[in-house]
Amino acid sequence: MVAVFVLLCVLAVPFVFPTWWMVTASFKPMSEILRIPPTLWPSSPTAEAYGQVFDLQPFAQQYWNSMYIAALVTVGTIAVSSMAGYAFARIRFPGANLLFGVVLIGLLVPAEVTIVPLFRLVNWAGLIDTHWPLIVIPIVGAPSVLATFIMRQFFLTLPGELEEAARMDGLSRAGIFRRIAFPLARPAIAAVAIFTFLHSWNLFLEPLVFLSSRESFTLPLALTQYVDAYGGPMWNVQLAATTLTVLPVLAVFLLAQRQFVEGLANTGLKG
Amino acid sequence: MATATLGPPRARRRLSRREDVLTGYAFVLPQLVGSLLFVIGPLVAVVWYSLHDWNVLANSFTYSGTDNYERLATDPGFHDAMRASGIFSAGLVLLNVGLALGLAVMLNQRLPGTATFRAFFFSPVVVSLVAWTIVWGFLLQADGGINGFLSQLGIDGPNWLREGPTAMLSVIVVQVFKNVGLNMVLFLAALQGVPKEVREAATMDGASAWRSFWSVTVPLISGTILLVSILTVVGSLQVFAQIAVLTQGGPGTSTTVIVYYLYQQAFQFQEFGYASAVSVVLFVIVAILTFVQWQTRRRWVFHEV
Repeated sequence: MVAVFVLLCVLAVPFVFPTWWMVTASFKPMSEILRIPPTLWPSSPTAEAYGQVFDLQPFAQQYWNSMYIAALVTVGTIAVSSMAGYAFARIRFPGANLLFGVVLIGLLVPAEVTIVPLFRLVNWAGLIDTHWPLIVIPIVGAPSVLATFIMRQFFLTLPGELEEAARMDGLSRAGIFRRIAFPLARPAIAAVAIFTFLHSWNLFLEPLVFLSSRESFTLPLALTQYVDAYGGPMWNVQLAATTLTVLPVLAVFLLAQRQFVEGLANTGLKG
Repeated sequence: MATATLGPPRARRRLSRREDVLTGYAFVLPQLVGSLLFVIGPLVAVVWYSLHDWNVLANSFTYSGTDNYERLATDPGFHDAMRASGIFSAGLVLLNVGLALGLAVMLNQRLPGTATFRAFFFSPVVVSLVAWTIVWGFLLQADGGINGFLSQLGIDGPNWLREGPTAMLSVIVVQVFKNVGLNMVLFLAALQGVPKEVREAATMDGASAWRSFWSVTVPLISGTILLVSILTVVGSLQVFAQIAVLTQGGPGTSTTVIVYYLYQQAFQFQEFGYASAVSVVLFVIVAILTFVQWQTRRRWVFHEV
């Protein structure tokens, strides 16, 4: 028992220490940041790097870009996937199986495979360096297919009597979805919301390909741009920006970790 | 009374059946249009592009049959990328699944502080991928934190990200720590479904804890192990940001994995036709693995606990 506990403590180091190191290093002056022996706590703390984060790039704008894109993608994905998932699970209409098969192809196609044609498409539409492709493609394209699949799996488990009763009360199909099925789907929606937000928040290849100006950059792209004239990373500034990126999400996670972990474990993959 | 109630509902049911069908189509429409526009259309396009010689600078686009695929067969750069992806995926799946299973078994003992440990191990999953990678890149510098601590122990650490074997190892390990929490949670859910009596019975029969784990628990959760492994391999084939931030494919081409190679061909060398052929190969590999996953999921469904 004690051995397992000690082993867990040791194993926890590579998971927890990087965050500690990131935060403390961001308060170290450049002269201390790569010092040997390393200091676990800044000997002369300074918040200078945090000022530079905002001086060198429109970091607040970039932060906002990431936030609003991820929020829109999350809300949009919930709307699209819950409707599609509900229809595929509960409504009988001609061709439903064929259409579901067509949609499921999205699960077979990683985003990287279609990046060249999507770049051509976005370029042709004149939407390079806009946020449109980062918002619209995830909401209705391949990333939302998994969400639709999860929502469908959930709606399949709804008891049919509920809908029958609602129908007797004179509700239309859309009304049943809006008033009965959707509110009941909260666990599945929460899981979809969490992984959709994280997916959009983490996106790197797509912003790299679709965006070109610093004002339009999202956070993952912005973080890689804190380099000096020779292309070497400005560690303290980069780590300060990284700290500002990581801590809010980490705080939300620690406050709601049960919902995160169990939601993703139960609905995210087992379906 | 009976006849009075039988009439109207039937009429209403017929009406609502039509409404049902219309609502069904309306509900799936956004997802369907999106799939055609952003998945199936681009998938057809990428196959089409791969059959063409596409010179962006000269603005020429000519049919070249299987030339791009023949080039793939003899391109050492592509072979290196396939090998790098193979090493990365194999290393990742072994370390990730092994560690995830180990952590899940330890957390399943219900020791004090289990919830805290679970949160620790899971937390990198929610941390921004690029942020996590940058912090590790900082730690792995030649004069960075890890070598700083090693020097305290009198060990002269390597330049992790700039030397042959350690670069690939570093990229794998950083990715393992990032995502192992998710697999751990999936294993934990599976382990909690193994009835306690089954393990107790094995222990009664004199099996050691180790033996009962391998002969009782592992077979019972083998379906989950297989699923998690395939999902991890599929995810590992898509690795890109970590490489771009940590090693830029180097040293040499030792960490140029397939998606990094695809990105270079398309967006650095403007070889859209050739890059499309690489995309098609990636698609075929992922599609096969995903098919296998679906088949095993179906076959293992009764075993899944």
